[in-house]
Amino acid sequence: MPSDSSDSPVSSASVETSLRHVALAGNPNVGKTTVFNLLTGMKQKVANYPGVTVERKSGRLADRAGIEVIDLPGTYSLNPKSIDERVAYDVLVGRMDGEAPPDVVVCVVDATNLERNLYLVSQILDLGLPVVVALNMMDAAAENGIEVDIETLSDELGVPVVPLVARQGRGTEALRAAIFNAAESASNGQAPSSADPAPARQWPLQSAVERPVEALADQLAEEAPDVPPRQRQFEALGALTSDPLLTVWEDRAPAFYQAVLQARERLSERNVPYQHAETLGRYQWISPLARTVVTTVNDASERTLSDQIDAVLTHRIAGPAIFGAILLLVFQAVFTWAVPAMDFIEAAVGWTGQTTRAVMPNGLVEDLLVEGVIAGVGNVIVFLPQILLLFFFLGLMEDTGYMARTAFIMDRLMRRMGLSGGSVVPLLSSYACAVPGIMAARTLDSERDRIITIMVAPLMSCSARLPVYTLFIAAFIPAGSFVGVIGYQGLAMFALYLLGTVMAFVAAWILKTFVFTGDSSMFVMELPPYRLPQGKHLLQRMWGRVRLFAVRAGKIILGASVLLWILASFPAAEPDPERQAQRQAVQTQYQATIDSVAAARNVSPEQVVAGDLPGSVVEAKARRDAKLAVLSTAAASAQARQSFIGRFSRTIEPVMQPLGFDWKITAGIVSAIAAREVIISALSTIYSVGSGQETVLREALQADTYPNGDPVYTPLVAVSLMVFFVFALQCMSTLAVAKRELNSWFWPSVMWLYMFALAYVFSLAIYQGGQMLGVGG
Amino acid sequence: MMLSELAPGERGTIQRYETDTPPSRLLEMGLVPGTTVEVVRRAPLGDPIYLNVRGYHLAVREHDAELIHVDEA
Repeated sequence: MPSDSSDSPVSSASVETSLRHVALAGNPNVGKTTVFNLLTGMKQKVANYPGVTVERKSGRLADRAGIEVIDLPGTYSLNPKSIDERVAYDVLVGRMDGEAPPDVVVCVVDATNLERNLYLVSQILDLGLPVVVALNMMDAAAENGIEVDIETLSDELGVPVVPLVARQGRGTEALRAAIFNAAESASNGQAPSSADPAPARQWPLQSAVERPVEALADQLAEEAPDVPPRQRQFEALGALTSDPLLTVWEDRAPAFYQAVLQARERLSERNVPYQHAETLGRYQWISPLARTVVTTVNDASERTLSDQIDAVLTHRIAGPAIFGAILLLVFQAVFTWAVPAMDFIEAAVGWTGQTTRAVMPNGLVEDLLVEGVIAGVGNVIVFLPQILLLFFFLGLMEDTGYMARTAFIMDRLMRRMGLSGGSVVPLLSSYACAVPGIMAARTLDSERDRIITIMVAPLMSCSARLPVYTLFIAAFIPAGSFVGVIGYQGLAMFALYLLGTVMAFVAAWILKTFVFTGDSSMFVMELPPYRLPQGKHLLQRMWGRVRLFAVRAGKIILGASVLLWILASFPAAEPDPERQAQRQAVQTQYQATIDSVAAARNVSPEQVVAGDLPGSVVEAKARRDAKLAVLSTAAASAQARQSFIGRFSRTIEPVMQPLGFDWKITAGIVSAIAAREVIISALSTIYSVGSGQETVLREALQADTYPNGDPVYTPLVAVSLMVFFVFALQCMSTLAVAKRELNSWFWPSVMWLYMFALAYVFSLAIYQGGQMLGVGG
Repeated sequence: MMLSELAPGERGTIQRYETDTPPSRLLEMGLVPGTTVEVVRRAPLGDPIYLNVRGYHLAVREHDAELIHVDEA
């Protein structure tokens, strides 16, 4: 096993420094993840880069010691436009916090699309690091009649080129060997080191731009000596042509920053189109190179199978129709197929709670564990089946290449609302759960589109609202039907979903028109060829995303559940002497039955209980248990009234009364601040209904009256409450994820406030308007 | 003429951009002067436009295509 001779094997720190880092870069849709899996096998670590939610996937190179492979997000260029691209850029230039600069870069390239892929390769070559090109999809290229002259390509690029069919694992060993050799020669000082000057530029940069770039590179050397010499020209060119890359230097190298601004001004005065000098120059080198090494055997006009599929799926009429049908299928799956699994999880959580109660001594710790921790975890995992299914379908759409087509079909419509084609998937995901929806918005290039999409995503009715809708619709919307066809209850459900969706578009339009008034966003999107999905890849990604959700949402909901449990349990209500006495009486009555049986049989009471219970005792026991249950739920109800939440809700009752909500409904809403569905268990406690008895709860709600005899819940109150839930952002997980994705509390705060305002105003208008008109009152 | 004026099935060679600061993403994706582009079709609502460029497929919006001068090939 070859290793660095300079390393002492003793200290683990020095072993870590001997670890060589290989960064895996490439355009999106080139099979980079498959290559990563091949290189590392199953030993992978998934973490996050600091400050952003981009996943950092790494693993050890299989069969070779001391080499770590990092899978970078897909990127079209080193002129980053999205967060994903920024991460890839920062790692490659060695400017990512906590990340060692790579020793070797492997650039995965799609052989069927060599020309455009070479753009990123040419940028990476300019970094002066050892590079290995992995020429993937050789099989698809052969099918399309494309031949690549690998030897010439390797000679022209000056780096090893390894042909691959990653899906079938062909070429893996050669790629591992090439990576290992590159890493070895790098550490033996044969390859360029950080002290070396820049490699000779292979592409022509027009001289009017080249001169200032050289001057700027020299200035950068003085002001930022930590930038490796080989990288200076690259950095100077980047700063000259790209604003996001320039801003990096504003604080780090202010003089350089000013010099770049001056250089830009001088170039503009002379009408030198410096902004696209780089792209033009690179393609001037790439185009002839691609023509030399690529031979297309087939007639170029011949349409591939992928083109034929696309002619149907993006067809003017068939395209939208098929997209609609697929959406219906996905919704059907998420809302019905997931139900058995959700029921099972609910039952399992209930069982765990009961078992815990059975084995633990009664007391506060037991209550905290069952009502806080177990119920809190249950609230999260009950959504896992839906999220799994949703991610399965999204993954399928992504892996086949269909996702890009949905954006293509929908872009025009979405743009009218201030969104973009890329917002379709995040918003659709939000019907299941806003958390994955907000995470999916990462793929949007434009920061403006991304913020707007994230801001409106939580308005789509998610699955956590469903149980709330179901309860109140079942209790207060008549079961009849409109003209005998469309049921009122179904109609009400549809109306709630529609209300949220329409408001999402209105909110997006308002944000576009009044907040983000700048230029409309960019939309340049590759439509990759259709490919068969790979089961393993699909499952792996599904699992990764679900884990991310469960961990992120889990922590917050668990914390919030425990906090809410405390607020609902304290201060503890004084034991009611009357209830105490009743409890005592019930026990005494039961004991009396036993005693009388014992007297009749002439045995001791203990013997009666130990043996088979006679019918009269069984009946008495059942009567006793039923009465005790009533008493303890009454105690829970009194506790709810006494608790911090109860007191708070009674204090703010006057504010909520105009919406038609009494203190009990208010307490339900307050309890559900962390997670919407909690309102059901909170109301169950307040109305002294055992958990899981929804029919009983429904009857309790219908029967509840104010002291003057008016019902607390009318259909109007129920509608007002459901509309409140359509809008209010009662979800800690959403806020936490939005904060992470946007890296600030500003937008999440705005999100919470505007959604609460919508909820309040709409519920107020509905209740007051309804009362004025005398509807449903 | 402009790229946006090509009918589906027509090809054109990019001459220049209407603006001094063309969106860099368009250029990076290979839409540089001298490149031949084919309009494959338009989206169901007429926008974006589906292009065939350098052997791969790309969707661009009408208002970006209006920045690109082409010669009909």
